[in-house]
Amino acid sequence: MERPSLIGLALIAPALAMIGALFLYPLGFSLVSAFTEESGRLSLTHFQKAYELYSTDILFTLFIVIVSTLLTGLISIAIAGILTLSETPWLITALRNLYRWPLFIPFIVAAQCMRTFLAKNGLMNNSFVALGLMEPLQATSFLDWRGIIVTFVWKQVPFVTLMLAGAMASIDRATIEAGRNLGASRLRVLIEIVLPQVFQTLLVGLVLSFVTMLSVLSVPMMVAGSQPTMLTVDMAFRINSYGDYATANALGVISYLIAGTVAWIYLRHNVKQGAQA
Amino acid sequence: MSGNVRTSLASAAPASIPLPVNQGLPAPRVRFWAYGSTLFKVLGLGAFAFFLFGPLANLVLWSFAERWYAPFKLPVTYGTRYWEVVFRPTGDAMSSLLTSVGIACLTVLVALAVSIPAGYALARLKLPWRTALMILFLLPQAFPSVAIYINVARVFYSIGLTGTVPGVVLVHAAHGLVYSVWIAAAAFAAVDRDLELAARNIGASPLRTFFTITLPLAAPGIMASAIFVFLESLDEFTGTFFVGVPQVTTLPLLLYNASMGGNYQIASITALILLVPSVLFMLVIERFLKADVLSKVGQ
Repeated sequence: MERPSLIGLALIAPALAMIGALFLYPLGFSLVSAFTEESGRLSLTHFQKAYELYSTDILFTLFIVIVSTLLTGLISIAIAGILTLSETPWLITALRNLYRWPLFIPFIVAAQCMRTFLAKNGLMNNSFVALGLMEPLQATSFLDWRGIIVTFVWKQVPFVTLMLAGAMASIDRATIEAGRNLGASRLRVLIEIVLPQVFQTLLVGLVLSFVTMLSVLSVPMMVAGSQPTMLTVDMAFRINSYGDYATANALGVISYLIAGTVAWIYLRHNVKQGAQA
Repeated sequence: MSGNVRTSLASAAPASIPLPVNQGLPAPRVRFWAYGSTLFKVLGLGAFAFFLFGPLANLVLWSFAERWYAPFKLPVTYGTRYWEVVFRPTGDAMSSLLTSVGIACLTVLVALAVSIPAGYALARLKLPWRTALMILFLLPQAFPSVAIYINVARVFYSIGLTGTVPGVVLVHAAHGLVYSVWIAAAAFAAVDRDLELAARNIGASPLRTFFTITLPLAAPGIMASAIFVFLESLDEFTGTFFVGVPQVTTLPLLLYNASMGGNYQIASITALILLVPSVLFMLVIERFLKADVLSKVGQ
């Protein structure tokens, strides 16, 4: 069924046109705006201003997103691993029915939930006090960087776990049985036999999560109001308060660089994978 | 065929594995370890469920709380007063709900119209720079969208698309394209090529083969991608925040305005309305998105 690629290109053209008009063109717009002065000369003054005003927020954003991605990865591996390797049927059934609940819950809904749950008088602190785990005076609000991370992880773990558990279900179980029969512990089977076979899927899930978290505006705005905050909030603030497109776009380019680094890691792995196949 | 072999191996596994572990220990110690491990699992599962459902429980409490202030652990008075406010036919919430659902449906139509042909081409036909093309569809998700949306809003403003439904639909569709194209490509790739060849051998045209064999077999995966796009549009806050204001108020914008205004009841009820489709789709997603399709996503 070899066909000329012309038909293929014609079929994919409308989708490409859409990306071109709604993504590449505005992207070019943002690059031009970030790198030129009003006179049209190339310059880095906007980046200097962005760095002076928001260097803390750049580091803060990196910290939040990296920690959230790592936690998401660890928890997802743990849940998917239990689903694949556990020998306790009731635990598997319960976990399978539980973990997916936040899967499609919108970020803004998750933000609203956490805004109340993690507050000083929220349900979490109240429950700990009621259970006797904590004195009422010890209760503190988690509505800062911790709140953002909790919200991100809460929202992204089901997504990565779903992909991971699906991939783990479709690997050859004989490799797992072989490892177990040779006396390897389940943790060792998970790390040395299962994970390498699903690594590609894990990487896709984590890359998507990373860039999603980097792009979310509602969670940092609603969960943690004060400084420092994430770059998305700073960009919206520059636009809405000052109409300052140049600095906002310079911040945008900085976040492109962060996302680009991650995409590059994914691409490099993909190419390596292709070379092996 | 190989699926059957796999399940029989899996069902045989639990019987064969615990034996060598248990034989070495005397009976009381085995029982102690078994109880300890069960207790550990129950506690772990309980903590997991608390962090999973606690935030949702708080949302439900707020939606029925007519008065709730600081020293009280639970609402002071319960009631459905705010539900009546939200569900008044003339209220903001009902019009926002209609706007949101309408935009989401239009977004699915636009996204599927361009991604079914694109997905087929990516899965079956020889394309130059295939990996680069796949990455291109990821870009709207892989790039920090706020920076893109502020410029989309600027471009749309010059052609009169800001504050209109078509403008918001276009932004949502471009954002959802990675799901619809990637999942459609995976769904087409998972269709058994021999079935297509069999249809071609007995004289079906390529077009007929596509519509009677390939498309129906890929349909569950494509349904899943439509669900993703629908929810992505329903969820979408950032794009609407920049492109849709002030005329287009979707549910997420209503929720944001209520929450920032300190009206937690209205915000919580709006959030619960957004939760219903999310949870429903979560419950049925595995029926559409099979493991064989999932394992091909992103390849």
